[in-house]
Amino acid sequence: MTAATSTTTRRLATTAALAALPLAVLGLFFLLPVAGMVDRGLRPDGVLDPGAVLEVLTRPRTGRVVWFTLWTATLGTVVAVVLGLPAAYVLHRLRFPGRGLVRALLLVPFVLPTVVVGVAFDLLLRDGGPLAGLGLAGTPAAIVAGLVFFNVAVVVRSVGATWEGLDRRPAEAAAALGAGPWQVWWTVTVPALRPAVVSAASVVFLFCATAFGVVLVIGGVRYASVETEIYLLTANLLDLQAAAALSLVQLLAVVALLLVSARLRTTADPTRSRVVAAPRRPARGDLVPVVVTALVLLAVAAPIAALVVGSLRVDGAWSLASYRALGADPGDAGGQALLVPVTDALLNSLRTAVDATWMSVLLGLLVAAVVTRRSRSRAERRVRSLLDGLFMLPLGVSAVTLGFGFLVTLGRPPLELRDNPLLVPVAQALVALPLVVRTLVPVLASVDERLRQAAASLGASPARALLAVDLPVLWKPLVGAAGFAFAVSLGEFGATSFLARPDHPTVPVVIFRLLGNPGELNYGMALAASVVLAATTAGVMLAVERLRVPSLGAW
Amino acid sequence: MGLSVRDLSVSYDGVPAVRGASLEVPGGSTLAVLGPSGCGKSTLLRAVAGLEPPDAGTIGWVAGEGRGVEDLTRVPTHRRGFALMFQDGQLFPQMTVGRNVAYPLRLRRAPSAERRRRTTELLALVGLGGYADRLPTTLSGGERQRVALARSLAADPRLLLLDEPLSALDAGLRERLATDLRDILRAAGTTTVLVTHDHEEAYAVADRLAVMRDGVVVQQGATAEVWRHPHDAATALFLGYARVLEGDAATPVLAAAGLGPSSAVALRRSALVLADRGSTAGLRGRVVSWRATPDQVRLVLDVPGAGEVDAVAGASGPPAGLAVGDEVRVTVDADRLAVV
Repeated sequence: MTAATSTTTRRLATTAALAALPLAVLGLFFLLPVAGMVDRGLRPDGVLDPGAVLEVLTRPRTGRVVWFTLWTATLGTVVAVVLGLPAAYVLHRLRFPGRGLVRALLLVPFVLPTVVVGVAFDLLLRDGGPLAGLGLAGTPAAIVAGLVFFNVAVVVRSVGATWEGLDRRPAEAAAALGAGPWQVWWTVTVPALRPAVVSAASVVFLFCATAFGVVLVIGGVRYASVETEIYLLTANLLDLQAAAALSLVQLLAVVALLLVSARLRTTADPTRSRVVAAPRRPARGDLVPVVVTALVLLAVAAPIAALVVGSLRVDGAWSLASYRALGADPGDAGGQALLVPVTDALLNSLRTAVDATWMSVLLGLLVAAVVTRRSRSRAERRVRSLLDGLFMLPLGVSAVTLGFGFLVTLGRPPLELRDNPLLVPVAQALVALPLVVRTLVPVLASVDERLRQAAASLGASPARALLAVDLPVLWKPLVGAAGFAFAVSLGEFGATSFLARPDHPTVPVVIFRLLGNPGELNYGMALAASVVLAATTAGVMLAVERLRVPSLGAW
Repeated sequence: MGLSVRDLSVSYDGVPAVRGASLEVPGGSTLAVLGPSGCGKSTLLRAVAGLEPPDAGTIGWVAGEGRGVEDLTRVPTHRRGFALMFQDGQLFPQMTVGRNVAYPLRLRRAPSAERRRRTTELLALVGLGGYADRLPTTLSGGERQRVALARSLAADPRLLLLDEPLSALDAGLRERLATDLRDILRAAGTTTVLVTHDHEEAYAVADRLAVMRDGVVVQQGATAEVWRHPHDAATALFLGYARVLEGDAATPVLAAAGLGPSSAVALRRSALVLADRGSTAGLRGRVVSWRATPDQVRLVLDVPGAGEVDAVAGASGPPAGLAVGDEVRVTVDADRLAVV
């Protein structure tokens, strides 16, 4: 064996070793359940029956559901981009007091539990709510508004990060050649931002098209998207075949979309020097974006304010009764909806989130390391980008499919994991994994390989080089990603609703159960629990925002 | 006609970068602003382009005899009619070479036939005919700078601003391009301000020179004039003079050159030339060290009364058996020194 091939072998062996654990986890807890779920739908009696799939897909209701999903997601994406661009500009190119706070506030909706967002919008729009006059309660418009509320942060963050790092010299060069502000905008800035905008839009579309909690809580059973339809078919109608068929369609659409967005994703070339413009004070010409940003802020604050106010009103008077009821034994409180006090559920949520966090950060770090190692050959590069895409899959696969697949495949021998307390955290870790990977990959990729080579040439071992070169830039994003994963885990509803045992619920599950039961107290408790959950996630995100992680939530 | 900058001051976050700079650039001439890195010359150029707001002073364009001065101090960059070329060209990566060059023409809505004609013409002027369909990433550094120059000229600017146009290139190419640049600017007849830290580049391209240090313009005038009479010792060293002798040390050298006494004299490396053996002309010195370079033999001599000075061997090369400690004689070339 020559030296060259032995080096290659060693490189491949290292890569394989790094990828082994994430691949095993992904295979066992994601691919297997999803495959099990799909298999169960496609071969109901052990025989492949493609005709049945076609039958499901040609049902008029399926057509309506798919159409509804497509147009709400498209509209939600367009509105999120239109509102997000001016806000990205204001929050990343202008300088004003309180900028950091506004940025953090705009990020909060993205990590708010979907159930909480649904409740907040319902509260705002329902009869007797502050915006009842708009007559939007339970309408598709309300669903789209919920989707926009949820996703505008994605546009602001990822386009903002690109905008902030935009080299100012091409724009100056254009101005020095006689281009006016609008000509600079169209000929220089727009082409430079286009990849970031397109990739943010494709991710937002993905989030909108697979949204579960928001659609379920606001739309109820009247308006179903593919995601909620899978849930209804699975949990209520027990039509697994139809659910599997829809899951399959969704999976294919998501893979196609991921491929497109991966192609559009660009990482900054670390070897290119950039001259980045310092943020400047707002000028008269910035009036329009500033006003739009203020409106977005208002629109984001309104549902949250409605939620807080609603949780403090009992029988038309201010009261903390709803909060007090959270700690009460369900028997005393009179609500038969729950088996344990909500405070117990909160403890469950926190414990689960801690477990999910370390799991997703560990896996995410390994995946990011594998994906960003420099490839020596075309084939190697292809393998890496394939891995990159593979770990993005949980982003788009219905959490409901995942949750139900867990039940189907892991609930019986040989994998009797149904009652394992780590099942819920593992599922949540997989849901958070793409976010962790996407936070860490740009950072690792932006480390100039020559810095590592310089360290090596000065006698540093690979581990020392890692300490000297990677760690200083990585620790903040790592903490940020952990906070992100923690917040996502706290709010995860789709998969958890299937997996959490009734005597060990998490807070989002409890909220949904409270909403499904009649009674003023149950509703009040749902609101109070939502506030507690929102405050916890917001607190985590505010702490993370203080770290100023550049690529947090950047796609 | 020409650029007139008066008492211009620019600061970054309260730290002054340019202090009270005044420049005159007559129409059609090329001014080189020469200074070490960090002296504020690029800031001065950016302020002239309108990319940095000045704290004080004015930037004006003298329209012509008796037509007064157009004040540009508050005019935004794109309305100044100036074109700025960056150190690394800043070609738009998504556009072909042709579209890059045609960019200013498109901004002015020039008809497409006119655009094509002018683009071809300018690419030919910078020696890149036939490159129109290439992408900037496929070009070498020198080619990119040529395209950037063609693009700047396409704006038909009344003033061309060049920020270290050749610094990113390697030495051989830089020398060749400097000559080309001079010819292109002459051919285009464009008034130009060029910023550089390389005195040879400045000498090769410009007909006027402004020397900057610590944010202040310490001297300006015709290139040859500044060269002959550097304002002070530091300026002389920056202009490429190898050594400055001050006070009494200057006297023997000045005397040998047939010049009257002065407070200081700046010597180029080739100001003292090794005389033939047996000659009694010029100065006497002892060899401290010597080394051969591809072009000449360089010596350091200890001359009584003047101290250590540099010298070169004449065209005939070093005398055989030259050794450290040898007594030699050198003649002084009055054209290669400057009285400070």
